[in-house]
Amino acid sequence: MFDTICAISTSRGIGAISIIRVSGKEALTKVAPLFDGKNLLEVPTHTIHYGHIVKDKEIIDEVLMSVMRAPKTYTKEDIVEINTHGGVATTKKVLEVLIENGIRLAEPGEFTKRAFLNGRLDLTEAEAVENLINSGTDLERKLALNQMSGKVSNKIKKVRDIIVELMANIEVNIDFPEYEDALVITLENLPPKLEAIKKELENLLDEARIGKLIEQGIKVAIVGRPNVGKSSLLNALINENKAIVTNIAGTTRDIVEGELELKGIRLKFIDTAGIRKTDDLVEKIGVDKSLEIIDSADLVIHVLNNNEELTEEDKEIMAKIKDKTHITFINKDDLPTKINIELKDIVIGNTKKDSGLDTLKNKIIELFELDNINTSNLEVASSVRVIGLIKEALSSINNALTNVSKEIPVDMLAIDIKKAWDLLGEVTGETYQDELLDTLFSKFCLGK
Amino acid sequence: MYDLIVVGGGHAGCEASHIAAVLGLKTALVTANIKNIADMPCNPAIGGTAKGIIVREIDALGGLMGIIADKSHFQIKMLNNGKGPAVRSLRAQADKITYPQNMLKALDETENLTIIEGMVEDLIIENNTVKGIILANGERISAQTVVLTTGTYLKGNILIGSENNPGGPHGEKRSNHLSDNLKKYGLTIQRLKTGTPPRIKKESIDFTKMHPENGDDKYYTFSFDTKPLYKINDQQKCYLIYTNENTHNIIKENLDKSAMYGGYVTGIGPRYCPSIEDKIVRFADKPRHQLFLEPESLYYDEWYLQGFSTSMPRDVQEKMVHSLPGLENAIITKYAYAIEYDAIDPLQMKPSLENKIIENLFTAGQINGTSGYEEAAAQGLIAGINAHHKIKGVEPLILKRNEAYIGVLIDDLVTKGTKEPYRMLTSRAEFRLLLRHDNADLRLRELGYKHGTIDKVRYEKLTTKISTINNIKNILRNTNLSLSKETKEKFTQANLEIPTSSVSLYLLLKRPEISIDFIKELIPLDYDNDILEEVEIEIKYEGYIAKAYKEVEKMLKLEEKIIPEDIDYNDILNLASEARQKLEKIRPKSLGQAARISGVNPSDLSILSVYLKKKYNK
Repeated sequence: MFDTICAISTSRGIGAISIIRVSGKEALTKVAPLFDGKNLLEVPTHTIHYGHIVKDKEIIDEVLMSVMRAPKTYTKEDIVEINTHGGVATTKKVLEVLIENGIRLAEPGEFTKRAFLNGRLDLTEAEAVENLINSGTDLERKLALNQMSGKVSNKIKKVRDIIVELMANIEVNIDFPEYEDALVITLENLPPKLEAIKKELENLLDEARIGKLIEQGIKVAIVGRPNVGKSSLLNALINENKAIVTNIAGTTRDIVEGELELKGIRLKFIDTAGIRKTDDLVEKIGVDKSLEIIDSADLVIHVLNNNEELTEEDKEIMAKIKDKTHITFINKDDLPTKINIELKDIVIGNTKKDSGLDTLKNKIIELFELDNINTSNLEVASSVRVIGLIKEALSSINNALTNVSKEIPVDMLAIDIKKAWDLLGEVTGETYQDELLDTLFSKFCLGK
Repeated sequence: MYDLIVVGGGHAGCEASHIAAVLGLKTALVTANIKNIADMPCNPAIGGTAKGIIVREIDALGGLMGIIADKSHFQIKMLNNGKGPAVRSLRAQADKITYPQNMLKALDETENLTIIEGMVEDLIIENNTVKGIILANGERISAQTVVLTTGTYLKGNILIGSENNPGGPHGEKRSNHLSDNLKKYGLTIQRLKTGTPPRIKKESIDFTKMHPENGDDKYYTFSFDTKPLYKINDQQKCYLIYTNENTHNIIKENLDKSAMYGGYVTGIGPRYCPSIEDKIVRFADKPRHQLFLEPESLYYDEWYLQGFSTSMPRDVQEKMVHSLPGLENAIITKYAYAIEYDAIDPLQMKPSLENKIIENLFTAGQINGTSGYEEAAAQGLIAGINAHHKIKGVEPLILKRNEAYIGVLIDDLVTKGTKEPYRMLTSRAEFRLLLRHDNADLRLRELGYKHGTIDKVRYEKLTTKISTINNIKNILRNTNLSLSKETKEKFTQANLEIPTSSVSLYLLLKRPEISIDFIKELIPLDYDNDILEEVEIEIKYEGYIAKAYKEVEKMLKLEEKIIPEDIDYNDILNLASEARQKLEKIRPKSLGQAARISGVNPSDLSILSVYLKKKYNK
């Protein structure tokens, strides 16, 4: 077992109870002396005990103490969980006492890292824990649970099995060239086999797209010239749905201005240089900033003024979003139409009267096929790392397919095919990658 | 007193004693029977997939096998020609009379090398260090180092049906006590099995019912230093036939009479080279299996029935053989047999092939759990070189997996061990695109020169070859295709699409449909075929080769994370117990090697990696 670590496992903020988790070889021996109650060293495993945390004869808090001995625990190490009652300050005080007694404060993700290192979770499962902790909507929670139970790994393992079968066939041909017992893989019969693998990978990616939608939501950028009504559109969308308006720092440099849940999927409106503010000065830098954030958005809503002709600035934005998923919202339909435009995916409305908003939302549902999300069968890969690896594997198979048509010999194609197999092995942690672990675990939130 | 004694005169023993003597060691080769030096007790062939590349690697490092094979074959083929450059490999039908003769001659001509007849039954061991050997007659010969290449002679047992006779191939005497003595000194002994098919008298074969298999109509040599010594048209034919329902029924009816299925064999046999009864049991749905008839020698009339290895009793073998087309009246001159023998656990070896328990003792060939003449010769070569280096206090020659099949072979043995006779396959090499037959000299000759096994003349040949290759590449880079009428006609004649714009010949050669032979029509390139082949492969597959080098870099990074020799695995908490045991036993040199141990999982590696970082700051 590793050294003993502790952290607050429940979310920050004021709640009825907080849980401090302690894990490691000295979890019991270090906590027991601080506990006024039963002797924790003698109680059976997986039991809960009432008592107090006492330091220098002073009672710090009234607690419930859960004792779980290795190996049937989250980290496969001895674990003590302290349920404290006293709110933030008291919980912090208990944590300080533990640290004073030689228990180290856990690094972000360290409990899960141990669960992985001790062989309790594979990589995709470990990632899922992080997602589970961060899940906001019910769909997200289901997705994370499925990933954690290894269903994604199983799907990927299935594809790997198909690939390895093909690889084995090619290898037999090469290493035993005179024996005709095995099917001889030729440039003629290889493409259908590669196409089948390609299809499997594409299915995974397609499902992953849904997974990503659920897990990460849809990043929406509202762009347009100053004074066309960007901020009022955002406010109208958010206010109507009583969405929580927060300032959450995302994983990227984007600032989320507000969120809206649509069919279980989160729409995250990213900040376009403070478009919610009405300050003219800020609005003026809107266009440049808009152009910049378009790149990082999954959906762009371009707001235009019904009452004005298209300007150069409008056209600049339109050119920029041409190849992106976008909707054009023509605002101020109460004023005379002066706009000269013919485009598909146009929604006409008015943010002041809240008109056109449902049409806009339906358009989003249509564009992202949100009605088709099967919530009962969420066994999809969703993390950026996993999707990246599957994409790379797919491009390796595509490479092989292109090279078949160029009549590149089969020993070269075998390299592409094996590459795909290796990449998928990285998803499930079957291929060893040193650096992977560090990046992966540094992303975890403290305490899990 | 010798510097080195090599025990055994098979393919491993020949290479080990030769190279050590070349390096200047006073060397003795001790064999039970001089007549059996470089014997080929199984198939009459040198090379094959992956194995042919090993022969070239041996040649590149100064070994004998390639040169001797070039002098001693009567048919040669390039295998896998259509499957791409990474997996091409030579195989020759070697003459079982002339190959051993030529090898013996080469050894006789080697300075510093003495051949001694005798059966070795024990080693002289002091303080866990070998000091010499003890013969069956009690004679003691001392030496600073010993290489054991005992083949199938350690407690060999020949099995035909329920017959079980102690002895090596050809009924030769076996070593009765050496493996027991090795066990006494702390080595783990395992029992392995292999087999060989029946031999048929030539006059009794009806070749009209068989499909002839010819040699290639192109000249090849294994060695980088020899010119072809044969005539294409003088090559001998082999023949292809198939088993039939009748054969299968005979085998099924008599299955329990075979040594294997009757329970008379305790050793573990190779999966990749199954007996005919194995094939019929395991692949019951196959209506027929391929067999090849190959001449063993031009100097006697026995033919080898490849693919028909069996341990059935003699009477059943008669019936089985007579059920085959063209062999209805065949006379069996030698019955097929299975042979069991003792081998050591290769996990007890260092990558230098020195034993971990007994210092200055090296092992090579079947005793290490491998199968095949080429695999044996390769280990013999390395053992001989490293015995020399050990005496001289020089770092051992350890080839990496990205440098040679020999590196893959030895790394697999000392990292993964083996439970069945280990045969090299191209699929065992993760960088096989780099480990080609054509570039074995480019990969290894310089190393050979550094380690003293390649002389200056041959080394200079290499440097000339390298600069020639670079020159040709430059010519192709700097010559643009002229789209003259004459050139266009050449494209049309070759049934190729005429390029629309002028490109360099270098880029033109990158196109899959353009061969170097076609380029030769556009520009005079008066060079040897092997040099042109090299140029073609390096240009045409540049992209793939670059990718492979990237993968190599990744591997080397892990390889560079050295695990200190004094590491205490009990000090690393949380290692799974299987991983801890394996690591303790194998004691890998690097994190890269640890990663290849089966039973050491990624989580164990991360724990080990974290430990190394903490404890040694590596």
